[in-house]
Amino acid sequence: MAKEKQKGNLSRRSALKGLAGLPVVGGILWAGAVEASQKKKIRENILKTLNINASPPPKTGPMSGDPIRLGIIGFGIRGPQLCRSLGFATKKWLADMKASAEKNSEDTRLASFLDQENLNVEITAVCDLFDVRAQEAADSFSTDKVKVKIYKHHQALLESPDVDAVVIATADHWHAPIAIAALEAGKHVYLEKPMTHNIAETYALQDAVRRTGMVFQVGHQHRQTQSFVTARDVVNKNILGHVSLIQANTNRNSDNGAWQYTIHKKASPDTIDWQQFIGNAPMIPFNPEHFFRWRKWWAYGSGLSGDLMVHDYDRVNCVLEMGIPRSVISSGGIYTHKDGRNVPDVMQINMEFPDFTTGSSQEAGKEKGMTMVYSATLGNQYSRTTALMGHDATMELGNRLTIYADRNSTRYRDMIDNETIDPNIPIYQYDPSANEVDGITSATAKYFADKGLLYTYRNGRRVDSTHLHMWEWLSAIRNGTPLSCGIKEGFEEAITAHMGGLSYKLGRRIDWDPVQQQIVPIEGFDLDEVLLTDTEKLV
Amino acid sequence: MATENFTNKQRTALIMLRVLIGWHFLYEGAIKLFNPGWTAKFYLLSSEGVFKSFYQTLAGDSMIGVIDFLNIACLLIVGLALILGIFERIGASIGIALLILYYFAHPAFPGLEQAGTEGSYFLINKNLIEAAALYVILLCPTAEYFGLTRYLRPSNLTTSNV
Repeated sequence: MAKEKQKGNLSRRSALKGLAGLPVVGGILWAGAVEASQKKKIRENILKTLNINASPPPKTGPMSGDPIRLGIIGFGIRGPQLCRSLGFATKKWLADMKASAEKNSEDTRLASFLDQENLNVEITAVCDLFDVRAQEAADSFSTDKVKVKIYKHHQALLESPDVDAVVIATADHWHAPIAIAALEAGKHVYLEKPMTHNIAETYALQDAVRRTGMVFQVGHQHRQTQSFVTARDVVNKNILGHVSLIQANTNRNSDNGAWQYTIHKKASPDTIDWQQFIGNAPMIPFNPEHFFRWRKWWAYGSGLSGDLMVHDYDRVNCVLEMGIPRSVISSGGIYTHKDGRNVPDVMQINMEFPDFTTGSSQEAGKEKGMTMVYSATLGNQYSRTTALMGHDATMELGNRLTIYADRNSTRYRDMIDNETIDPNIPIYQYDPSANEVDGITSATAKYFADKGLLYTYRNGRRVDSTHLHMWEWLSAIRNGTPLSCGIKEGFEEAITAHMGGLSYKLGRRIDWDPVQQQIVPIEGFDLDEVLLTDTEKLV
Repeated sequence: MATENFTNKQRTALIMLRVLIGWHFLYEGAIKLFNPGWTAKFYLLSSEGVFKSFYQTLAGDSMIGVIDFLNIACLLIVGLALILGIFERIGASIGIALLILYYFAHPAFPGLEQAGTEGSYFLINKNLIEAAALYVILLCPTAEYFGLTRYLRPSNLTTSNV
């Protein structure tokens, strides 16, 4: 009897040893399911509250029909980049990229270029004041079917019946004069930023676009960046609450980033049309540094305000549509690159929008007013984020969007109190680049890429934003589809840049009169003269 | 039987090791299984070391779905095998293979970023140690003493051995 009892105990013990793992397995799976479902519930709850749509890209039309015949005016640094976005690379670039890709398998620049969609355009004409560049374009882009014709003067190119539209990438002081002449000659225009070099030109160009009805696009290609389109939805849904401050920055610390470009060894009065380059700038003897590094002088360029601040201003303007600031105060100096330049290499531009509102979650009276601070240095490349800072949340804006709830938010107070939202962890992150590993190496290229200026993503594939911006422009010409950066946006960008430059040069606040639609005059100064005077500061 | 001459305490220690590793694998698998948004993509894309390009290929659009599925399935299989005490050698072998794959995705080599780890490692990290522990499990099976294998091989039911 005792033996039988013992046997029974042993078999029960034996069964336990066989099956003991089962409840452990059940417990672990249950714990995993509970943990995952709680996290999912919290995430869904937050996303439901936010209701952000990762918006589809703007609609553009097909590129079918006869090829659009393009003239390229200005083939220095940006010109060749724009041509690549149109599907045309120089022989040298193709050879360099091929060699680079063979050395480094992560360098996808050539593959991305070859992968670009055909925009159905022909380059029929080129004009550059440096013969070597014009010749390089003609040699590289001519085909058996289409010979690229070189024009010494842009006016001759504009009179050509073989040109339907022009791409303008000259020094800033030639932007508006050439664009106006092109529009009046019945050509569609793609114009690099900043749209103009002075105030009077801004109105003249606005008038020319309206008068001629030609298709006009300013080269702020980041308007194609997917995350910016989504950012607009974030603002429209009042997820940030009242945005009182925006910070945007430029941080560069390289010769290339400070516009110290290479001076071509073939540069000479015989190869460069110096007289034509000078245009409306003060005449000085031939100086190749001024020709190749024109961004360093107010006479031809626009300094940090016109050259780089406009990128940041327009990135924010395309999300918020806040328009021209009511007033601007700038300061700064030439603190790193004391190389004869007269534009600052450190600059802070404070732009005030006292009546602007992004909505509010608070009681009435707390929803208006915003400052945008643009802070730039060409002597340090510590990466500072672009942030839209609202009462309820802060949004970091770049190729990626990240939103953090504010600890003292009104809108998210309950969710923060019950620990559904942790202010240290993003409540939303949108990263269309998640599929890619990038092989970009140059500091300046990375600076642009991080800001969403170089490329964007479509269905997880990396695409050059300029290519999409060109597509939009060409589609507007072919199909009448809308433009994202036309004369309205260009006018706002240009006036804001000029206010920044004026404030720096005069050392005082510059006001905008929204009723009169003009910069408030300052007694004793001709504002255009101030902008164009080729000295660092007047006061 | 590799463990037949072990003392009860030694065998119990081995069983504990087996169940604890199984627990770790099963929970990792379960968390991923119940979270449909989970993917190994970012882990693979951030791979460093000599096999970087191999891991980045696995993260590609055409592969990642299969990789995610296999990873979850393998984690669950290893966890179930080790806890339930069934096919423990197969489970241990798959576990070792998985851990070696994880190890070489982010190897503890000097000069490489040790992202997502809380300690300091030189050549040896926790993945490698867990793989070594599984090798012990592989060589010293215990499922016939503690696990479903007892029912698969009734002749070996030696109840008095533990």
